[in-house]
Amino acid sequence: MAGRIIENEEVVPNVRRLVLEAPQIARRARPGQFIIVIPDEVGERVPFSLADWDADAGTITAFYLEAGVSTLKLSRMQPGESVHALVGPLGRPTVIKKYGTVLVGGGCYGLGAMYPLVRAFKEAGNRVVALMEGRTSYVIYNEEKVREVADEVIICTADGSRGIRGHVKEAFEALSEEGRKFDYAHFVGCTYMMMISSKATEPYGIPTVVSLNALMVDGTGMCGCCRVLVGGETRFACVDGPDFDGHKVDWDQVFSRLAAYVPQENLAYQYLKCREAGSVRASPVREEVRP
Amino acid sequence: MSKRPQLTPRERMAIPRAKMPEQDPAARATNFREVPLGLTPEQAMREAERCLNCRKRPCVAGCPVGVQIPEFIALVAEGRFVEAARLIKETNVLPAITGRVCPQEVQCEGNCTLFKKYGGVSIGALERFVADYEREHGLVEIPPKAEPTGKKVAIIGSGPSGLTVAGDLIKLGHEVVVFEALHEPGGVLVYGIPEFRLPKDIVRAEVDYLVRQGVKFEMNAVVGMTYTMDELFDELGFDAVYIGVGAGLPRFMGIPGEDLNGVYSANEYLTRSNLLKAYLFPDYDCPLPPAKKVCVVGGGNVAMDAARTARRLGADVTIVYRRAREQLPARAEEVHHAEEEGIHFQLLSNPVRIIGEAGRVVGMECIRMRLGEPDESGRRRPIPIEGSNFNIDCDQVVIAIGSAANPLLTKTLKTVKLNKWGYIEVDKNNRTSDPRIWAGGDIVTGAATVISAMGAGRIAARSIHAYLMGLPQPGEEGAEGEQ
Ligand SMILES: Cc1cc2nc3c(=O)[nH]c(=O)nc-3n(C[C@H](O)[C@H](O)[C@H](O)COP(=O)(O)OP(=O)(O)OC[C@H]3O[C@@H](n4cnc5c(N)ncnc54)[C@H](O)[C@@H]3O)c2cc1C
Ligand SMILES: Cc1cc2nc3c(=O)[nH]c(=O)nc-3n(C[C@H](O)[C@H](O)[C@H](O)COP(=O)(O)OP(=O)(O)OC[C@H]3O[C@@H](n4cnc5c(N)ncnc54)[C@H](O)[C@@H]3O)c2cc1C
Ligand code: SF4
Ligand code: SF4
Ligand code: FES
Repeated sequence: MAGRIIENEEVVPNVRRLVLEAPQIARRARPGQFIIVIPDEVGERVPFSLADWDADAGTITAFYLEAGVSTLKLSRMQPGESVHALVGPLGRPTVIKKYGTVLVGGGCYGLGAMYPLVRAFKEAGNRVVALMEGRTSYVIYNEEKVREVADEVIICTADGSRGIRGHVKEAFEALSEEGRKFDYAHFVGCTYMMMISSKATEPYGIPTVVSLNALMVDGTGMCGCCRVLVGGETRFACVDGPDFDGHKVDWDQVFSRLAAYVPQENLAYQYLKCREAGSVRASPVREEVRP
Repeated sequence: MSKRPQLTPRERMAIPRAKMPEQDPAARATNFREVPLGLTPEQAMREAERCLNCRKRPCVAGCPVGVQIPEFIALVAEGRFVEAARLIKETNVLPAITGRVCPQEVQCEGNCTLFKKYGGVSIGALERFVADYEREHGLVEIPPKAEPTGKKVAIIGSGPSGLTVAGDLIKLGHEVVVFEALHEPGGVLVYGIPEFRLPKDIVRAEVDYLVRQGVKFEMNAVVGMTYTMDELFDELGFDAVYIGVGAGLPRFMGIPGEDLNGVYSANEYLTRSNLLKAYLFPDYDCPLPPAKKVCVVGGGNVAMDAARTARRLGADVTIVYRRAREQLPARAEEVHHAEEEGIHFQLLSNPVRIIGEAGRVVGMECIRMRLGEPDESGRRRPIPIEGSNFNIDCDQVVIAIGSAANPLLTKTLKTVKLNKWGYIEVDKNNRTSDPRIWAGGDIVTGAATVISAMGAGRIAARSIHAYLMGLPQPGEEGAEGEQ
């Protein structure tokens, strides 16, 4: 059954690999696309990037960070259970072309999401350099997979415990200072990383694409929740993206919209914890109107 | 219909129009339960006595699907409610829904002989009554099914038009699969129209009814992404496809400030509330933060639904509409309900800019309008009055100025012709330029009504059936069942 959990394992602290049964998504998936998951019947629709798929086995893989209610709920689900809903693949696939030397930089969940990009750019005949960033050495995951398909893997850590000290941006700058040339750059992961990395490639005139993670509801272009300003135009990240030109994205607006629900997200998180601790119950009025 | 108690027309006209019991405005403005409570059997029978059984049946002419109105009303008058429901269902498969949401005052009731002087017969309320009666008493019967034909039909979209096609074709013995992008079936009936106007139990009951007849629903399937059209035909073996994907692309105004936090399309606002049950946050996870003052831009049903939802979430709500009250396109009942619930109307006004602070909405600048000459739509065109700008304080703005064709599926179709606005072109049988594909509802007409989407579905179903069985197309030489 689509949505059955095959694996839901913590790979490094706070990051899990989720493997789901989804034969139809697996046979259609292309690099750069995402899925939407609803953890349980009262859940919201949460997007995750596709980090791998296996059309023969009928499975898909995503990596997620435990960030709030939805991902907390997911983290507690066991193999054999099913998510309430699973839809995909969504979004335009990344445009894969032969550019020459391609830099793919990832951090956070992007360490997972970068794998299909690296693989596809490699298959298209590029020389692919994968830049993998983490706060510290032991939070880097998915490295073996990326190594299988990249020409070169460069690790960078914020605390300097492994590889280059710094983030994707600093690593890119270090490589550029060494005289390395890139014909195309692609960043996926947390918004801050994507922004500063895009700003870093701009002076070099390197075409740069980012996979944005705007807040979404339906994921089919129906609601406009995911709108982002790119080159002065409003675009819907779920259907026009999630990939956009990193030099044209209005980053202030992206950050602002991402923060729209922070108080509610915190409330929902605390509420879930309190309910689990038995200190609040759903109010009777609410129970009454519940389906 | 001679068995009816013999009242004279004068006596019939003397019966006052039934007043549907409603939740008190003050109470209902804080809950999401249905507002009109439905007629009692006595009220329904009394209301039915008002019908004059006009020979020319003007009411029927006003109904887009030609419900046999005087005939079903005669059955109501005799207390034969279930028979009345079944008679309606011969032309309209979702009477519990249309009875609630049709704009009756411009359709059946607006055409009723009694409309001007006495108020039309409450056809919608009666339709709702008999359908509720049948359902609530567990008297809905599964209709007999024709022998399996071995033909398979895919329906894309589970809105009213898709559901109608499914219902018609399953009875004729075809295998029917409905593909739906969202996780709940019903289209606008579940994600757009709020609970207080159309309880979701009713939509669910209609879907269950189709499931019991053998219709398969595949949810979370976005055709164009999860499946391609070619795959439906070539790999999954469908013989025909019906496209009923609605007009789900929100329109924005293109004014400064629309990307601020706190600005929503009506689709987003209503989807959060209805489909994802944000009004039950945090019992449900999807948030829709409460606002103090909400401005809703627009004057249709969608605007009324958004405004009344915001009111129930605790806000002080103003509807901003660029024409005058008489031009509000919403159903009369919705406008009336909105007014009763304390929603303000800022008419003849149009937003020019949304004002923000630290990324959030704090107000909206509007300009006053006056009405000029009639435009193509026959309505007087609103013209801005220069220098009349004014500000409204608000912390949320909901934009409900209409929707357009969502290209997600249509842009992947090579053989289906679209018009210049991206809607699908069809012939009089709702067949597209690809002879294996039909389309209907909002994706053909642009945003319209539930009943017209159902009407299109009915026409398409007949044509699909003829195609599958190798019969002449309806309207062609030798076609059966021409009416
Ligand atoms: C196209 C796309 C692909 C994505 N891919 C992945 C993925 O592969 N793995 C993954 O873990 N996450 C991914 N995300 C982000 C993920 O959807 C959010 O982290 C998710 O909403 C968290 O839900 P929650 O209920 O657990 O947390 P919430 O309660 O919603 O949020 C908790 C905290 O996370 C922050 N937050 C929420 N959403 C985002 C976001 N989109 N970007 C940055 N911060 C956010 C909130 O501000 C809040 O502080 C993706 C998002 C998009 C749009
Ligand atoms: C808020 C609101 C209030 C309204 N109030 C009224 C009213 O009071 N009275 C009235 O008569 N009309 C009303 N309408 C209009 C009426 O709801 C629509 O005209 C009607 O629902 C159109 O029906 P449909 O079957 O064409 O499409 P929809 O109801 O729009 O359903 C289309 C379905 O197709 C699905 N879909 C879209 N793309 C795909 C895809 N690629 N693959 C699979 N599935 C897909 C969508 O998710 C959706 O579920 C209202 C509309 C709105 C938005
Ligand atoms: S379907 Fe709508 S228009 Fe037709 S009779 Fe019923 S309420 Fe009136
Ligand atoms: S027009 Fe009115 S009074 Fe006449 S048959 Fe129709 S419902 Fe009855
Ligand atoms: S998430 Fe609704 S339009 Fe993109």
